[in-house]
This record gives sequence, C-alpha cells and structure tokens, in this order.
Amino acid sequence: MSPSIAEVNAAPLRGGGVSVVAEGVVRAFGEKRALDGLDVVVPAQGRVGIVGRSGAGKSTLLSLVAGLDEPDAGEISVGDATAAGDRLTRCALMPQRDCLLPWRSALANAALALENAGVPRREAHDRAAPLFARLGLAGAERLRPAKLSGGMRQRVAFLRTLLADKPVLLLDEPFGALDAITRSELQEWLGAALRAEPRTVLLVTHDVEEALLLCERVLVLADGRIAAELNVHVSRDAPRREVVTSPAFVELRERALEAIG
Amino acid sequence: MRRIWPPLALLAAAVGVWELVVRAAHVPDYLFPAPTAVASSLVDDAGLLGRATLVTVREMALGYLLAVAVAVAIAVVLHFSTALRRALLPILVLSQTVPTVLLAPILAILLGYGIEPKLIVVAVVCFFPIVVNAVDGLRSADPELVRMMRTLHGGRLAIFRRVELPGALPAIFSGARVAATYAAVGAVFGEWAGSSAGLGFVILQAQPALETARIFAAVLALSALALALYALVTLAERFVVPWQPEARNA
Repeated sequence: MSPSIAEVNAAPLRGGGVSVVAEGVVRAFGEKRALDGLDVVVPAQGRVGIVGRSGAGKSTLLSLVAGLDEPDAGEISVGDATAAGDRLTRCALMPQRDCLLPWRSALANAALALENAGVPRREAHDRAAPLFARLGLAGAERLRPAKLSGGMRQRVAFLRTLLADKPVLLLDEPFGALDAITRSELQEWLGAALRAEPRTVLLVTHDVEEALLLCERVLVLADGRIAAELNVHVSRDAPRREVVTSPAFVELRERALEAIG
Repeated sequence: MRRIWPPLALLAAAVGVWELVVRAAHVPDYLFPAPTAVASSLVDDAGLLGRATLVTVREMALGYLLAVAVAVAIAVVLHFSTALRRALLPILVLSQTVPTVLLAPILAILLGYGIEPKLIVVAVVCFFPIVVNAVDGLRSADPELVRMMRTLHGGRLAIFRRVELPGALPAIFSGARVAATYAAVGAVFGEWAGSSAGLGFVILQAQPALETARIFAAVLALSALALALYALVTLAERFVVPWQPEARNA
C-alpha cells in the first residue's frame, strides 16, 4: 500500500471547508419513510460516519445531501447552499460501485471531473497524473478498469472524486465490494489520503469498524432516525490491530452494534 | 479461427452433393449449372465480373456509409427529444413496411440512372437496424453512471459524450453488422430499377441469354461482398470498442 502518502504531506488541493447540516429531513418512497426526521451536522473538514443496516436510508441521505434528490420535508444545507442544484456543485459522491467508465484509462477516469468542468483533456490528464504516485497508483495510468484489481479501481474512483475539487466528499460504502484484507488496507489508505487532503466527509457504511476507524463522530441510523451518536476519541496512530482491540474502541463498537439492533 | 471450420465443412459437403446430383441427373447448365460450371464462368467472365463488382462495391460502400451517418444522426436527435422520438419512431417502423423493390423504380424515375438512386436504396435498406439499436443503446446508459457524472460537474452534453455515446457503441455496431448484410441486396435492387453496370445489371442481362452459370457467379460475388463488408465492420468494432470483451457475435 502507500503509507508514504501522509508523510509526503504535499499541499492539499483545496483549503477552507464547508459544513453540512441536515435538519428534520423526511424522505418517503410510497408508504415507506426512508428518512423520518433526520438531523445530521458535519462540521467543516470534519468526518462523520453513518452506520446502519441495509435499507436504513443511508444511501438516500447521501443522494439528498448531494442534491440528486429533494427531501419531502426538512432542510439540507451545504455551506450556504440549500437548493439542490447548488448542493450538487459543492458535493462529490463516491458511489458504492466504483462506476469507472470501462472505455477510459485509469488516468482518463480520474480526470473525468476536470474534463467535465471544461479543462482541456491534455491539461486535465497532466493535473491528475502526479496524484497517481501519491495515492499508490503509479504505473496504472494507462490501464483500463477491466485490468485493475478491485482495490485499485476503488482508489481510482476516490481519486476521481477528489479531483472534482469539491469541499464535501460523500462516500457510499466505498469498500463494500472488496475482500476483507483489501478493505482494511484501503481503510488505512483512505485515512492517510484524507489527512493529506482534508475535506468535509460524510461516510456511509454498514461496517461499524470502518466508520470508527475513519471518522471523528459516528451516527447510528435506524428506522430513518439517528438512534445513537458516538464521539470517537480513540488514538488511531497505533497499528490497526492494536486500535481495534483497545478497550475504548471495543466499547464504542459494542454501543454502535447495540444501537443498530 | 477454429469456429470457421464447421460451417466451411458443411458448405463444402453441400457443394459436393450439388455437383454429384447435377451430373448424375444430366441437368443442362442453362437450367441449373454445376459448381464446376459456375467456377469456370468465374474464370471466363473474370473481366466482366470484376468491372461489375467495382461498380457494385462503390454503391454498397457509399450507400452503407450514408446509412450509418444518417442513422446515428437520427438516433441522437431522437435521444435528445422525447417528443420527436414518440412522433418519428413509429413512422420509421412504418417506413420499413414499404417494399424497397417498389421504392427503387420510383427513385430511378426521380433521380435518373446515375449512382444516386442506388445509394439511397442501399441506405434505406440498411439504416433501420442501426437506428433502432442506436436509440436503444443510448437510452440504456447505466443510471448510476449518469448520477456519478452529475456529481462530477457533468452537464447534459458531457453525459452524452462521455457516458451515453461510448456506452451505446456496442449496440450501434451490432445494428451496423446486421445492416452490412443488407447492403448487397440493396445495391442489386437499385441496379435492377435502372442501370448499365454492376453485378445486378450482369444478372439482369444474363437471364434472358440463359447464361445461368454467370448468374450464379455474380450471386457468388455479391455474397463475397456482403461477407467482406460484415468482416470490415466487425474489424472496425474491434478498434473502436476495444474495451468490449468479444464472443458476443454470431
């Protein structure tokens, strides 16, 4: 993997930050209320995790924050943006599936947002290329997604999201489709990447450990509401195995699992 | 390449049986020529057939290119306008019920005996499978990819250029491959409605002269042309759609 990324400590792509606030959000699909009066606050450059069972409304929340969908009641603001179209310009969503375009090379996939924003292709690629080495993807630039491993695809997808140069990152089960070993490697990698490129992050996952490792605060979502709120003040500098077996971590995990029910 | 042997063996067997039956029954060449008679016509009439083939190839190729260009353009327009799609698609389907054999003479009256009416007949015969496949291909873009594009500064045009169009290419090519097999028939219809050259014209002239072997030879040349066009389109697909794992064509 690439433990060097935090040490490299290159200049972040984007400074400053934007907070995300959701108040009393309701979103129903037919009879079922996916979200039922939800309140979430993510401070600027803070990292908040949302855990819950499948179908708890996690992905719905991300679509709403991203501005791809509108709530039936309640309000969502991303910085000073409340309208869906304005939220969309401030949020980058990394979907559950990597959603890489099979006809583009890894480099061209990573540069997608820049090209969409009107940056000429050559320049977009030149801007994406240096990040490949920083994110442990050196040598993969010319390969099509079909030639990449699951872990590499996910990293390209994350790089693509990062290069959208938006203050808010919405991560939807970013490693859900990976095997356990690759997943834990990538969790460490993501933690380092976010230290090097701080953003406001809302991470959705069913993996409690993942949320506790990557986020400062973890909310448990059940029946469309926040069922528990955990502040994670566990030192995460130690090796992962020590962190996840420390009493404080174990206690947080137990509380989260209990709240999920 | 291994897949080519079974159909080739079957074809060779059929030709063998054909030769045996014609010889055993003493069928005269003008009624039903043996494969050897067709082969000797291919050799004897090589000059005539060669010149005719060049004419027909030109009609097929240009007409086919016209069909692809028009079909893709129509598909893109239909893709962007739901109202047009609802109005025009049924008419396009209806247009396919008009027999092309009848369209050719009308075009010959309108446009004369030059190459133009042939191109149009070829294009009319070929464009439909391409339009239908292209429209379906453009509409079947993965909605999750479209959502992803929207969160990455992707406007309507960027989504079309970078997701929908490349995603539709395999479908467009499968329509284009079907259309490739129609082009030869279209060219012959065009030539039958009024021409002074081409393989269709050779067939038309050989018939009253009872040069049946030459008719067979011309038909053989037409098949070869259709097959060549099909192979060319398949080859082009490999270059244009390199990410698509093959083994989906018949």
